[in-house]
Amino acid sequence: MSDAMSEQYSTRERLYRTMRLIRRFEEFCIKLVRSGEIAGGIHPYIGQEAIAAGVCAALRPDDYITSTHRGHGHVLAKGADPAGMMAELTGRVTGLNKGRGGSMHAADVSLGILGANGIVGAGAPIAAGAAWAATRAGEDRIAVSFFGDGAVSQGVVLESFNLAALWQLPVLFVCENNGYASTLTVDNAVAGTIVGRAAAFGIPAARIDGTDAEAVMAATREYADRARSGGGPALLECAAYRFDAHHTWEHKSFVRYRTREEVAEGRSRDPLLVQAELIGSETCERIDREVEEVLESARQFALESPKPDPADALDHLYATGLRPRAGVTAHA
Amino acid sequence: MPKLSYLGALSKALNDELARDPSVCVFGEDVRVGVANITKGLVEQFGPQRIVDMPLSEQAFTSFATGAALVGQRPVIEFQIPSLLFLVFEQIANQAHKFSLMTGGQAKVPVTYLVPGSGSRVGWAGQHSDQPYGLFAHVGLKTVVPSTPSDAYGLLVSAIRDDDPVVVLTPAASSTDREDVDPAELGPVPLGVGRVVRPGSDITVVAVGHLVQEAVAVADELASEVSVEVFDPRTVYPFDWAGLAASVGRTGRLVVIDDTNRFCGFAAEIVSTAAEELTLTAPPRRVTRPDGTVLPFALELDRAAQPHRDQLMDAVRGVCGLARKDP
Ligand SMILES: Cc1ncc(C[n+]2csc(CCOP(=O)(O)OP(=O)(O)O)c2C)c(N)n1
Repeated sequence: MSDAMSEQYSTRERLYRTMRLIRRFEEFCIKLVRSGEIAGGIHPYIGQEAIAAGVCAALRPDDYITSTHRGHGHVLAKGADPAGMMAELTGRVTGLNKGRGGSMHAADVSLGILGANGIVGAGAPIAAGAAWAATRAGEDRIAVSFFGDGAVSQGVVLESFNLAALWQLPVLFVCENNGYASTLTVDNAVAGTIVGRAAAFGIPAARIDGTDAEAVMAATREYADRARSGGGPALLECAAYRFDAHHTWEHKSFVRYRTREEVAEGRSRDPLLVQAELIGSETCERIDREVEEVLESARQFALESPKPDPADALDHLYATGLRPRAGVTAHA
Repeated sequence: MPKLSYLGALSKALNDELARDPSVCVFGEDVRVGVANITKGLVEQFGPQRIVDMPLSEQAFTSFATGAALVGQRPVIEFQIPSLLFLVFEQIANQAHKFSLMTGGQAKVPVTYLVPGSGSRVGWAGQHSDQPYGLFAHVGLKTVVPSTPSDAYGLLVSAIRDDDPVVVLTPAASSTDREDVDPAELGPVPLGVGRVVRPGSDITVVAVGHLVQEAVAVADELASEVSVEVFDPRTVYPFDWAGLAASVGRTGRLVVIDDTNRFCGFAAEIVSTAAEELTLTAPPRRVTRPDGTVLPFALELDRAAQPHRDQLMDAVRGVCGLARKDP
């Protein structure tokens, strides 16, 4: 095997491993939701793993990302520790956010992960601001803002397109078009097209297959290189399908908005299987075993970690350590 | 001694902090020409990379500042009108303010939201005359309302240096104020520490922003009948409870004058906490805008909806058991 081949092979392996990690992490988490270990539930990313894996594989460790309510994939792909992440989801002090953030706010600032975000579209201006600050500091970092098709109708996202294009900021907007915003179809929500919205601001955009991790990585690399060398923002629309419910809570509300046939059809193009085919079953099995071990120890770490002391509920409220008033005490 | 103007103090604070710390930058609308008279001349000195004229995209540029702050900058946003804070409540209250706790202390967001010209500006009517400090205090954001030029300087400096988001609302009615101060004596004023503006022994009047001067005028006018202490919290949140407790400990009586709506308002909070936790010798009172006020345009109506000196006078007399003066 030539060096070039071996390098390509390791990238392929790496993409598969990231996707497998995300998939199995979430399957673990769904079980923990059902058993009550994770309070409130999660928004499963299953089916969309190729996007997080492909985008983050094209980034540098010091690049920034902002993520969404469906953020586990982005956060793990950017390098967050699965054990810290699971501890976070189960509300432990050893969690990435010390149990203060949970599923929708998971962050590891040291890895450039500026947080999953519970407000649709909210991460776009934050990423643009981080990109601006990096440029101002003379660094060649870029920022990626992940969001769904629902977010392209948020004013703040369009305002961010304008700022990013106006100042040619090194920010990459990654729209994960899974066809739905909760139960609303993209056809019923988006006038014109998603790439067209970027075009209106002079932002180059492409619509690609978001179930093909290597295609996502290649497209990201092109736009990321361009942004890094001063070429300005770009938008990548990645088409994929969300295999499961919008939220683990959904089955309780008995909503029906997708036919069985549609879901089966969507699930038939499984990004994990697409990537598995490229690397062969032996390699897959080796990686799968390794991922199981990682997740089993993550699960153990999480469940054996201490829960926070209720007395500490307001720790970290302020960066300055200010604590709200316990009661009134007069000056002497 | 040189006269320091209120707007000049804000401008000097910005200037000094920009010069002192290269991570400080200013975002806003028309900040390069300095339409609000605070950022004038800054772009010539610090360049367009640090004094950034923003498109009319308040929601984006407010969170843009959050992103920049998360990775090491210290932005100050100048808002043209106070009600824009309603437009960016999501970006301030729900994003910037929550990052520290939600990330378990990993993130800090040192952004300053400066609103020069808050409250009634004569003739600006409903959408330009809000005084939203109670909203931010309720959410738990650090919120300051300076009442003098030297406090405007010192509190803005502290807000910029603070590692948390801080809302600085400077009342429109204060913007023409001047004060005799030696510029060399200006310095940071710590957040969360109030000030006894005028000592007294019979009753404490808590007043915020431009109403501090009104309270002092009332205290002077009543001086022959009653000794009024005027307490300016300077920081609306966190409120200086210890300072108030000390004052009420001396006087035993309390009136709050507050230019925000009565229901769920700042004055309600001060009065109820005092009733719960301090020893009062008479029932407290408050003087505020009416419940749910939207400031009307016509001058007579605008004035009628704002707390007034005469109402404060009545409240002080009432709490002290003095007879109401005949009109
Ligand atoms: C601004 C805002 N509006 C509504 C919600 C409630 N909500 C959470 S996720 C969601 C759908 C988002 O759809 P999309 O952006 O396409 O992302 P997806 O869930 O498909 O990944 C909605 C409506 C919210 N969190 N924020």
